[in-house]
Amino acid sequence: MSIEVRGLTHIYSEGLPHESIAIEDVTFKAEAGQLVGIIGHTGSGKSTLMQHLNGLLKPKSGTIVIGETDITADGVVMRDIRRKIGLVFQYPEYQLFEETVAKDVAFGPRNLGLSEEEIDARIEEAVEMVGLDYHAIKNVSPFDLSGGQKRRVAIAGVIAMKPEVLILDEPTAGLNPKAHEDILEMVKTIHRNENNIIFLVSHNMNDIARMSDKVLVMDHGKLVMDGTPEDVFSRGEELKAMGLDVPDSMEIVSKLKAKGMDIKGACLTMDEAADKIAEILK
Amino acid sequence: MTDFIKIENLVFDYIKNEDGHTIRAIDDVSFTVERGSFTAVIGQNGSGKSTLAKNINGLLMPTSGKIYVDGLDTSDEANIWDIRQKVAMVFQNPDNQIVSSIVEDDVAFGPENLGIDPTEIRTRVDEALVGVEMYEHRKKAPHLLSGGQKQRIAIAGAVAMEPECIVFDEPTAMLDPKGRKEVLEVIRKLNAKGITVLLITHFMEEAAQADKIAVMDDGVLKMVGTPDEIFLRAEELKALSLGVPPAVDLSMKLRERGIEVPEGILDIDEMVEYLCR
Repeated sequence: MSIEVRGLTHIYSEGLPHESIAIEDVTFKAEAGQLVGIIGHTGSGKSTLMQHLNGLLKPKSGTIVIGETDITADGVVMRDIRRKIGLVFQYPEYQLFEETVAKDVAFGPRNLGLSEEEIDARIEEAVEMVGLDYHAIKNVSPFDLSGGQKRRVAIAGVIAMKPEVLILDEPTAGLNPKAHEDILEMVKTIHRNENNIIFLVSHNMNDIARMSDKVLVMDHGKLVMDGTPEDVFSRGEELKAMGLDVPDSMEIVSKLKAKGMDIKGACLTMDEAADKIAEILK
Repeated sequence: MTDFIKIENLVFDYIKNEDGHTIRAIDDVSFTVERGSFTAVIGQNGSGKSTLAKNINGLLMPTSGKIYVDGLDTSDEANIWDIRQKVAMVFQNPDNQIVSSIVEDDVAFGPENLGIDPTEIRTRVDEALVGVEMYEHRKKAPHLLSGGQKQRIAIAGAVAMEPECIVFDEPTAMLDPKGRKEVLEVIRKLNAKGITVLLITHFMEEAAQADKIAVMDDGVLKMVGTPDEIFLRAEELKALSLGVPPAVDLSMKLRERGIEVPEGILDIDEMVEYLCR
């Protein structure tokens, strides 16, 4: 399955004095099994774009074809769309509401009208996939968990619906370095197990550089770059002008290059940078 | 420098449910913050950082132990308004801290509540907005601003109270790279003007800019020291679910690869200088 977005435009408060173009003529493709990173300054249209992908917002013009279905067409059953596309909002832990972890994770699958056995199987699988011990945690109140654990439970609730496309909006915001790292590992595990398309929205350039197959850059409602992490992050000056940045490893490497050190390649991670620098200094 | 905040054997218990069962959030913490200094507090989620911050300006009262702010005991109710005037707080989410529909009204909210003379409020609001570089946006609606701009408005609101100290609780967690830089620059500028800064953060490169770092874990103060001293202890930090700034990360990785790098290089520019020497 792939996603094809073509000429997507959305205008907030159209016809009112404060109407504003939220996204304008956005076109891109995401192939099956890709992890797509999305970056952009606050208000650049990232979230608006994501909300179109699962049909929460309707575009003014343009189409979104997911698999064979044009979800912007008239007569599309949104329920079928949302079953395919899971959206995890920022700070999803604030959306937990049930008495126990198991009940909370079960909420989505139950609404899909699955059998009880299927629901139970999915809850266990989803909870284990986000890195929690199902048997230890299933009867615990989600409100007694740590911030990082709560976030995992919330994500499990979406994964249990087995979406073919998973959208994660800032999944690491506000977490300490270890919990941050654990969530990224979790995203990799989900991606490997489910082989779905994942959209990862983040302000953390290090994460986007090392996780993504492809990076989309939004600026003032427009899609201004679409390429591999190497391509996108080699345009550091342009990114900085948009209020973005490059990964720390590339920042160091580009400063070293500016001082005459002959380092080849992009160095998307600190390990890569260390390898190349060590090679030169040895 | 003299001590501005003095924490002595602080213990804080949260009452968990009706039967009075408690959870210890802070367990016998003692340390001091010098007047005019910049202190960073790091620790994993749930380690007690925010609880500590809320104890400092009297939003929470110690279960036992004492906190003195500029010599005033926070557990004495007669002191509470003086203490809150001396210590302002800025939280993570700017949207939860902005109350007015116009920027300058929002900044005026605090001083108005102090019953300050209107002309004086005008001066304070203007100065605060200039200080955070948001003066030109003073007539705008806050919801039309970026995250970093909104957070700077929240900071201006604190500054207009003319506090001696500002406690920042993860002020950059929700911001994009530019917003983070802007806010950190404002924090450093305020500190340079003499305001005592306490910064709670998960970003090690932000903590590296402080004079002193306090490391919390499970309610206990595990380490206190200069950034140089703290980031030398990378293994211990890792065990506490923390990390090191990018330059320290690279130093460690280069050492693993047999390259000699001196200790105490905390920022990227220093690192580049050293490698190209």
